[in-house]
Amino acid sequence: MNKVLMALAGQPNCGKSTVFNTLTGANQHVANYPGVTVDKMYGSYRKNGVKVEVVDLPGTYSLTSYSLEERVSRNFILHDKPDVVVNVMDASNLKRNLYLTFQLLEMEIPVVVNLNMMDVAHRRGVEIDFDCLERLLGAPVVPTTIKKGKGKKNLINTINKVGLSKKKEHGIKIDYGSMEPFLDEIEKMLAGVCETDYPARWLAVKLMEADDEVEKIIRRHSAAGFDAIKARVKQIRRAFEAESDELPERHIAYARYKEADRIAGESVSVKRKEASLLSDKIDRIVCHKIFGPLILVGVVYALYHLSIVEGYKLTNYTWPLLAKIKSLTAAIMPPPGFMTEPMVRSLALWFVDSVNALLNYVPIFFILFALIAILEDTGYMPRMAFLLDRLFKRFGLHGQSTLPMVLGGIYVGGCAVPAIMATKGIPDERARFATTLIIPMLNCLAKIPLYILMINIYFAQHKGLAMMFMATVTIFMALPVAKILSLTILKDKETAPFIMEMPPYHLPTIRGVLGRAVERIWLFLKKIVTIVAAVAIVIFVLMQFPGLTEDRNAHYADETKIAKESFYKKIAGNPYAEYVQGDSIMALILYNERYKKARMGIKNKEKARTVDARFISENENFFKIVKPKKDKQAKKLNRALKKLISARKRILRQIKAEMIDNSFLGKIGRSLEPVTKYAGFNWRVNVALLSSFAAKESSVATLGALYQSDEEGETLEKRMEKTEKDFTPLHALSLLLVMALFPPCIAAVLTIKIQTGSVKWMLFSMFYQMFLGIVVASFVFTVGNLLGLTGLQAMGIFFCMALTFTIIMGLINPRHEYQ
Amino acid sequence: MTLDSLKPGSQCYTKKITAKGKLNQRLIDMGIYPGLQVKVIRNAPLEDPMEIELGGYCLSIRHEEAKFVEVEG
Repeated sequence: MNKVLMALAGQPNCGKSTVFNTLTGANQHVANYPGVTVDKMYGSYRKNGVKVEVVDLPGTYSLTSYSLEERVSRNFILHDKPDVVVNVMDASNLKRNLYLTFQLLEMEIPVVVNLNMMDVAHRRGVEIDFDCLERLLGAPVVPTTIKKGKGKKNLINTINKVGLSKKKEHGIKIDYGSMEPFLDEIEKMLAGVCETDYPARWLAVKLMEADDEVEKIIRRHSAAGFDAIKARVKQIRRAFEAESDELPERHIAYARYKEADRIAGESVSVKRKEASLLSDKIDRIVCHKIFGPLILVGVVYALYHLSIVEGYKLTNYTWPLLAKIKSLTAAIMPPPGFMTEPMVRSLALWFVDSVNALLNYVPIFFILFALIAILEDTGYMPRMAFLLDRLFKRFGLHGQSTLPMVLGGIYVGGCAVPAIMATKGIPDERARFATTLIIPMLNCLAKIPLYILMINIYFAQHKGLAMMFMATVTIFMALPVAKILSLTILKDKETAPFIMEMPPYHLPTIRGVLGRAVERIWLFLKKIVTIVAAVAIVIFVLMQFPGLTEDRNAHYADETKIAKESFYKKIAGNPYAEYVQGDSIMALILYNERYKKARMGIKNKEKARTVDARFISENENFFKIVKPKKDKQAKKLNRALKKLISARKRILRQIKAEMIDNSFLGKIGRSLEPVTKYAGFNWRVNVALLSSFAAKESSVATLGALYQSDEEGETLEKRMEKTEKDFTPLHALSLLLVMALFPPCIAAVLTIKIQTGSVKWMLFSMFYQMFLGIVVASFVFTVGNLLGLTGLQAMGIFFCMALTFTIIMGLINPRHEYQ
Repeated sequence: MTLDSLKPGSQCYTKKITAKGKLNQRLIDMGIYPGLQVKVIRNAPLEDPMEIELGGYCLSIRHEEAKFVEVEG
């Protein structure tokens, strides 16, 4: 079968991704370009016996070496040598789009010009003479309205025709006017000393533009003579500058625009002038001084409400599915013994629990990702950046940091994973890193349970105030940190000019939105969940080993024996006693558990009867004991059984607590006490914070395991209050601040690794946060203690300090690099 | 006169770009070159950045960047 490698190139907002989706359908994949974090979208389709591999290059305005996306696109064209490049253009903006087309043609590759969004052009009264344009450009021109399927067939046929011809094309040659003799000179100089398979004229133009990447190409291909070539090029550039009083790169760009002007003038006629009137009207409100910010708040609120609140309700339907996975796992695994649980069983259940905790977010993420796709497709994102750029710029961030910060939980309840994924849209590398590094400090959904626990115990009188404090203080810690990072460690990162297009508003398509949501969910599952599962196992091992000493095991065996003996003594002479001898007692306990679970939540009498019938047929005698009704002897045994069960639970809990106490994780927690004592943390809190590394929700669960109670059904709040008698609200405040700043969850950390493409940054993000968290908490606790402040006073003072610090950091204005 | 000094609603023609390096390239790539008619549409609620229209499409640009575009009535 014939194969064609095709690349899609085009400026942003030209409908390129719609073309990609229409051509490849569901057959799409995402990967990274080698060594960089730019997404490589690729797919394929078959038509008329030809298999076409499609690579969707990043949307760029130009093909210089200044931005990563442009470098990636250019390198793909140069090195992978596609058989055909389809240049998708916004037909209503032909003149500006031609600027990129010329740069593609200059690389002497076969180009198919696709005039897309013809419907918009028609609406704006733009008429294009396709034959004339084709003649002038020297490349086939295909008009389409891909969104409505118009022109698709013609486009596919043209791709096949050009792609299969496999020959070098020479389209239009741009006349660079007074620069031509200089270009000739460079070409002549290169001939002979530097053999490459790149077009000579293109190399010459790029050298005149002082393009670093092309200089590197020349260096690679001209072993010895490179310095001479470089010096000569510099001379030629200078000579041109002296002659024309203009930078060569400017002259080149202006020549391209002049040519675009000429071609557009000959092939385009505008019947009436009506440039996106509707978008302009919408913007009058959306970017209004007062309504603009109000609408922004409304959009953010809707985003939260629909995903976090409504999406959370959806988990009510999906959680039973996950619970089913757990109960299925429990059923397959070997059953627990009276005082021990087989290792493989505990491991499997812990594993399922850890993965379920993350999978539970899938409905929320799905809604979130779909809503982001809608915001992206409508064109609201650049407006968001426009509204807030000035504010964020003061803290080393960027207008486009808005969305990631909203997603990360700028108020209460976000998630760092989609937030860090969304930083991709920030063109300025320094601001992108700063945003990525502060996102884990915002209030993600999983931090909330611990907030609520601590506030309920220690700030019970001022719950609203304390929650408000947590919701707002995080942003006043994150912003100054962003500024400090961008002034110090991120100082040398590349920045990019802000200047961006404000595209006309579009109606998003359902396909585009759902497609992107599914694709991002898939990325999340593939890359994050797998590794979280692996880390969960590591933490499990740290919590289980080395386990109890023989002495302690013997001690618990004794207790078990006592409990069992007392049980048998009570039921001596009971007619049912014969059914619960030996191993049967354990079978009965498990039977009881299963029955309770099966009957849980069943109110319908009919259904209850079916469940009962099932258990009766399984074991009639057990059923009589578990559900004694009016049988006096059975009732007596039932009472004794309940006592035994609660004794067993107590022993199991004690074993578990002692196991954690004795475990590697417990030892680490203890060894950290000398440091964490300044923040007021004992080893139990340390262990809870360490265990939250797999997922922050774990912190509360671990505390639950550490604070034991003999009384059935006592809340964790009560148990914690009882165990930690000298814990004060100041301790709690310190813990709250650490939770806000410190424990980076593994999923977020991994997303940082994926987005920055570097393990170094991943580790940095982890350790600077741990450091920051412990320093802030120690400061608040130690100083608060010295001054004898109450938790609430310390809270108020800390808030004012954070706010003041934020304002000061915002006022520091480093000299701008353009000056 | 430079582009950043214009008030919303005013129009002008671009005369010269005075930026260097990356900003220079970006300004040009986004379609700014001499002799272009530019209209200032609005400033953001916090005054910066500004939105300009040129030949049928709109750009958002910070004032500190617009300073490098010389314009004339």
